[in-house]
Amino acid sequence: MKKQNIVVVILAVLAGLLLAVWGMFAVGDNMPRGVTEFSREAYDLHMIILWICVVIGVLVFGAMFVSIILHRKSRGAEAAQFTHSTKAEVAWTVIPIIILVAMAIPATRVLILMETTAGYEMDIKITGYQWKWHYEYMGEGVSFISSLDSASNAARIKNSGIDPASVDNYLLEVDNRLVIPADTKIRFLLTAGDVIHSWWVPELGWKRDAIPGLVNEAWTEVSEPGVYRGQCAELCGKDHGFMPIVVEVLPKAEFNQWLVEQKGPQDDLDTSGYAEAGDSAAADTALTSTVN
Amino acid sequence: MSNTAAVQEHHDDAHHGPAKGLMRWVFTTNHKDIGTLYLLFALLMFLVGGFMAMIIRAELFQPGLQLVDPEFFNQMTTMHALVMIFGAVMPAFVGLANWMVPMMIGAPDMALPRMNNWSFWILPFAFVMLLSTLFMPSGGPAGGWTLYPPLSLQTGNSFAFVIFAIHMMGISSIMGAINIIATILNMRAPGMTLLRMPLFVWTWLITAFLLIAVMPVLAGAVTMLLTDRFFDTSFFNAAGGGDPVMFQHIFWFFGHPEVYIMILPAFGVISEIIPTFARKPLFGYSAMVYATASIAFLSFIVWAHHMFTVGMPLGGELFFMYATMVIAVPTGVKVFNWVSTMWRGSMTFETPMLFALAFVILFTIGGFSGLMLAIVPADFQYHDTYFVVAHFHYVLVTGAIFGIIAGVYYWLPKWTGHMYSERLGKIHFWWSTISVNVLFFPQHYLGLAGMPRRIPDYAVQFADYNMISSIGGFAFGLAQLLLVYIVWQTARGGQKATAQVWEGAKGLEWTVPSPAPYHTFEDPPVIDDSKLAHGDVAH
Ligand code: HEM
Ligand SMILES: [Cu+2]
Ligand SMILES: [Cu+2]
Repeated sequence: MKKQNIVVVILAVLAGLLLAVWGMFAVGDNMPRGVTEFSREAYDLHMIILWICVVIGVLVFGAMFVSIILHRKSRGAEAAQFTHSTKAEVAWTVIPIIILVAMAIPATRVLILMETTAGYEMDIKITGYQWKWHYEYMGEGVSFISSLDSASNAARIKNSGIDPASVDNYLLEVDNRLVIPADTKIRFLLTAGDVIHSWWVPELGWKRDAIPGLVNEAWTEVSEPGVYRGQCAELCGKDHGFMPIVVEVLPKAEFNQWLVEQKGPQDDLDTSGYAEAGDSAAADTALTSTVN
Repeated sequence: MSNTAAVQEHHDDAHHGPAKGLMRWVFTTNHKDIGTLYLLFALLMFLVGGFMAMIIRAELFQPGLQLVDPEFFNQMTTMHALVMIFGAVMPAFVGLANWMVPMMIGAPDMALPRMNNWSFWILPFAFVMLLSTLFMPSGGPAGGWTLYPPLSLQTGNSFAFVIFAIHMMGISSIMGAINIIATILNMRAPGMTLLRMPLFVWTWLITAFLLIAVMPVLAGAVTMLLTDRFFDTSFFNAAGGGDPVMFQHIFWFFGHPEVYIMILPAFGVISEIIPTFARKPLFGYSAMVYATASIAFLSFIVWAHHMFTVGMPLGGELFFMYATMVIAVPTGVKVFNWVSTMWRGSMTFETPMLFALAFVILFTIGGFSGLMLAIVPADFQYHDTYFVVAHFHYVLVTGAIFGIIAGVYYWLPKWTGHMYSERLGKIHFWWSTISVNVLFFPQHYLGLAGMPRRIPDYAVQFADYNMISSIGGFAFGLAQLLLVYIVWQTARGGQKATAQVWEGAKGLEWTVPSPAPYHTFEDPPVIDDSKLAHGDVAH
């Protein structure tokens, strides 16, 4: 086959693959960049490793398609009989190792960032129950239950006849939101009262399991006030899909005002969930938080 | 030694063919019969598990709950995984091993034929028991195939049946694995040295060791669940001083090698098929063997990459991240070697080759997402979302199952003596390959956009991708009925296959007639290096 034709085939295959890659990016959703330092770092790592995969993929699949087009029997290709190439084999062992080391370095740095909770200004305890979240502002005497809001709850019944599209933030709205201040390093202490749950708000950049008998740590610091939504990420029984998380980030001053309001008459808060939980751990939490 | 005993025993019935009627199948000790039983059983379970997947995709077709209740939905996801892993993929590979390993190494049968019969016949009972839990008052297991406590301990009394079924599957797998090791190590024809063995035999040898190492670990883990659930122990119960996270460590110490148990034999099948249709020896045979062995070794030290979000110490997270990233290197070597085998070959594109090519590309895509999942900070986002679901379906459906299907098309003429319909095979290939991508590719987007896995209903922003995925799912499911038809049609008749079947095929299995006689290699064959599928013997 003429040299020129081979070049044409290679270019055509490359063009095809790049078109496919472009198409995949064009039609698809991506990970949110989020609103925290960590979420942006995680996003960057995600994009770097994704592009590494894309480049390797284009090279490997490119070689494969070129071979499929050129080295076919129907074109009269004769099979070579080589079975080795020390150079190539060393190259495709060593180059990936270098790429991986290069990738491991920033990943390590970001992981250390995530696991360093020191310097937090506020503690919030998150307890997962089947199928709601309990939030406690440690030392503030404020705590409440947060569960799926009633509009979603009505629509999610089998054959409810309510169109989910007609419900605002279907399955992603709660009765009591977790309100936190902006520009504040907050430490979360996560645990659970019955089975394992996992607390996840994509915009904050991480999820962490809430495990009975164990207290996990995580932290966040959000600069942009706003409402950020997430869901329980660990299968926790029949209503696992129905225990969303809504975080409302307020400017510091507004948050302080909100906190003061909460410290007022506790009866305003929806604590009806405790009785249902029917679990001694749940009752304990309820007790301590109201005594506070 | 056992091999002499086995050979001896076999000479007794060397001169008659299969018994007649049903009892042939019940009492058979013939590796080909047992291979057929395994493969048919796997096909049946593939359809049962596939039916459950259809229920899942139908419920997820649009937001809102339309068809099933959440509890039943969770039973479906749990059972789908258990049936596909333990009922479809693993038995299918054991079936391929039963049929092909003795023929590939020039042995008359498996080393332990009676145990072989037993290891198969346990399976139907195990799965009847497992599936029967769906009809028990307390329903089937609904805590996910990973059986994490404390949730799995909320299962009703049917849990005992689930665990007993898992024990039986484990015993069956261990017996199958022992048999394969004994066969490969003791029954090779003279001259069939270890480094002359076809790669399918190599990958199965390594897989069998993995099975023996980790199935007992699973058995231990589920036994502790059993006593926690019924006998008031507290292995995993925090209130009693136990640790729910410990279960996850034990489970994934089994679970990660398990995923390689499901892919290594597929690597072997693909390494047989590509040289055949490229008419060129396998590139880097010994590198392939070493890569397989290192993957198997590494698979024991990466388990906690499934549990990055449980709150491990930083040092642990770093270790498991690095170890997981390292696995990409030998995996890459395999892919590069397959592509190099094609390079400057003389390729034709019969159905087995088409599935093998799709395997190389789509499995690699699954490997890429695996590499992404290894990056812990990013995994804090990916974990337990549809991104993970997409990852493992690329490696398992377009990896393990495409490998099995490729192997079935490749060896079906040898088994039945007939050629399958190439036209239908190609239709099956294109239909499957297009639909499987429509089914699973959008799930990457769903995960990145924030959809958790294992939920029966979802926020409306996930509706479009879910609908696309479901349509792909129905199409893929339908395509597999075509596979059933093709296999049935080929078994019944068709163009006669030659002994060689494929122009470029090399290896001992192609030296016996098609269909392979009931007994093969009662006298050991003479090994001719030029007839082996790789050009490496001199090295
Ligand atoms: C390059 C090689 C691979 C790497 C680096 C890799 C990495 C990972 C990681 C880190 C996870 C955990 C994700 C999470 O839950 O957050 C995962 C999940 C999984 N992988 Fe892979 N993987 C690889 C290949 C494979 C192969 C070959 C298989 C099977 C044939 C496989 C099957 C699975 C399965 C079944 C799960 C999910 C299990 C579950 O949670 O139910 N992976 N993989
Ligand atoms: Cu949950
Ligand atoms: Cu793994």
